[in-house]
Amino acid sequence: MSSTVDQRRTSIYGKLLRWGCLLYLGVVLIFPLSGVVLRAVSAGPSRIWSEVTNPFAWHAIMLSLSTAIVMVLISVFTGTATAWVLARYEFPGKGLVNALVDLPFAVPTIVTGLMLVAMFGPTSTLGVVLSGFGTPVIYEQSGIVLALLFVCFPFVVRSVQPVLENLDPAEEESAATMGASRWTIFRRVTLPALFPSIVSGAGLSFSRALGEFGSVVMVAGNRPMSTKTAPLYVYGEVEGFNMEGALAVSLVLLTCSLVSLIAVSKWAERQG
Amino acid sequence: MKPPKPQLQNTMTWPQRFLIIAVLAWFGLLILGPAVALARRAFAPGVGAVFKALTDPDAIEALLLTAKITVVVTISNTIFGIAMAIVLVRQRFWGRRIVDGLLDLPFAVSPVIAGLMLIILYGPKSTIGSRLESFGFPIVYHLPGMILAGMFVTLPLVVRSVAPILEEIGSDQEDVASTLGADWWTTFHRITLPTIRWGVAYGAALVVARSLGEFGALLVVSGNIIGRTQTATLYVHDQIESFEPHGAYVMSIVLATVSFCILVGLETIQNSVRRREYAAEAKEDGQGPIRQMRRH
Repeated sequence: MSSTVDQRRTSIYGKLLRWGCLLYLGVVLIFPLSGVVLRAVSAGPSRIWSEVTNPFAWHAIMLSLSTAIVMVLISVFTGTATAWVLARYEFPGKGLVNALVDLPFAVPTIVTGLMLVAMFGPTSTLGVVLSGFGTPVIYEQSGIVLALLFVCFPFVVRSVQPVLENLDPAEEESAATMGASRWTIFRRVTLPALFPSIVSGAGLSFSRALGEFGSVVMVAGNRPMSTKTAPLYVYGEVEGFNMEGALAVSLVLLTCSLVSLIAVSKWAERQG
Repeated sequence: MKPPKPQLQNTMTWPQRFLIIAVLAWFGLLILGPAVALARRAFAPGVGAVFKALTDPDAIEALLLTAKITVVVTISNTIFGIAMAIVLVRQRFWGRRIVDGLLDLPFAVSPVIAGLMLIILYGPKSTIGSRLESFGFPIVYHLPGMILAGMFVTLPLVVRSVAPILEEIGSDQEDVASTLGADWWTTFHRITLPTIRWGVAYGAALVVARSLGEFGALLVVSGNIIGRTQTATLYVHDQIESFEPHGAYVMSIVLATVSFCILVGLETIQNSVRRREYAAEAKEDGQGPIRQMRRH
């Protein structure tokens, strides 16, 4: 392992280590993945297609995609604003906010869901007020977006913040000396520099949001054709022993998630 | 708190102040508010009720099972993570890039789908699962399946925090050690391990946090049998389903506190690494570390 003096020939220990690793990877990841693919192939494309186009499954997939997109659109603004404020300004409580940005990654998702129900749910003051305005959040589709906003909060912030901190101030300063307004400087100088990191944060958020389960279980109410997202649908089908139905929707989710991740990373590569 | 920089404060315009207030308000509403609301609900009936909820035998059972799974998953994935990082960085072999790409897959897979994958391959109705069950080693709906689920969702974490360090330090020191006659184990634990130890600690802490809080994959593979396959997160879910929210609130506070401590630990690890880097940089520049830090 350690004596990889030359890269062409690996020692016997190195080979043992490699095969040990691959075996572990196989048992935990590669064999289960191949099992799913084999099962899908043996079910046949027409069965898979009919499971995906079943109205309940289709609604669940569309709900997952649309809530994820709405979340990303909001998160792009709030995340960039948070990163901006943390990188540029001094204000009381900044250290606390900066440390707590990562909290959604650390807190178990089911606890996240429970927190949101405690704050916005029908038994809370805020929940009663929201229902009074005719816009209850928890157990509605807007609750799903709220949960996704919480869970994905750190992605955009943490991908934009370091770029903003390492940005050369010279460009912004020279734009200012040439008489550009703050807004023009932001739009023409700063934003283009931040854009790749915003997109990569958005891509990560989207992929994560598609698969989110624990927090959505708590806030969504799990009503078919209304608040049942694709991961909830997959869980329901597994419980009902309809493995093909679960498999079909899983394949769609997995494809969307991988395509968004790969597209973003390819795009970022092309941007240099 | 550092004293505010005066020149920034003076030039701050109203739109800037408004932006700061808006960000703080959003953060408070979305992140802090819900956390505080949960704590208030947990402690509302008094400390006695909290103590009673914590000493509930099902709750203790669930916490113990979570601890068991977390310990096994952390040890096993940390060892795997170190080994896999060394293999990926120090060896060249056919399929290396495929393995590298596949490793990130658990990040893209919904936890529910992870559970589904394990059921399809190792479930009681599958070829492998039924064979193993007839040998008296059932996987799905039992502890081994839950450990496997934990391993699946945390698979990339240690590798991804160790591999960049290995890449950065290169293999010069290791080569020197083995030229001087050190065997592979000596080289590993005297040279490689000390340099990657912060990366290992960081990755392992992430594994602990993730496997403590794992829910979706465990829900699918556990069968959720109280006292046997019920973890802390499944306990929370079960209490809510059976309309006993207080037990769920208290357990959630326990989980949130532990994950908060891990977060603080991670922050500490990062800071100490950063300090060491400053010191190393300062040594190269021939300046004191304090002066360096002030410059940054």
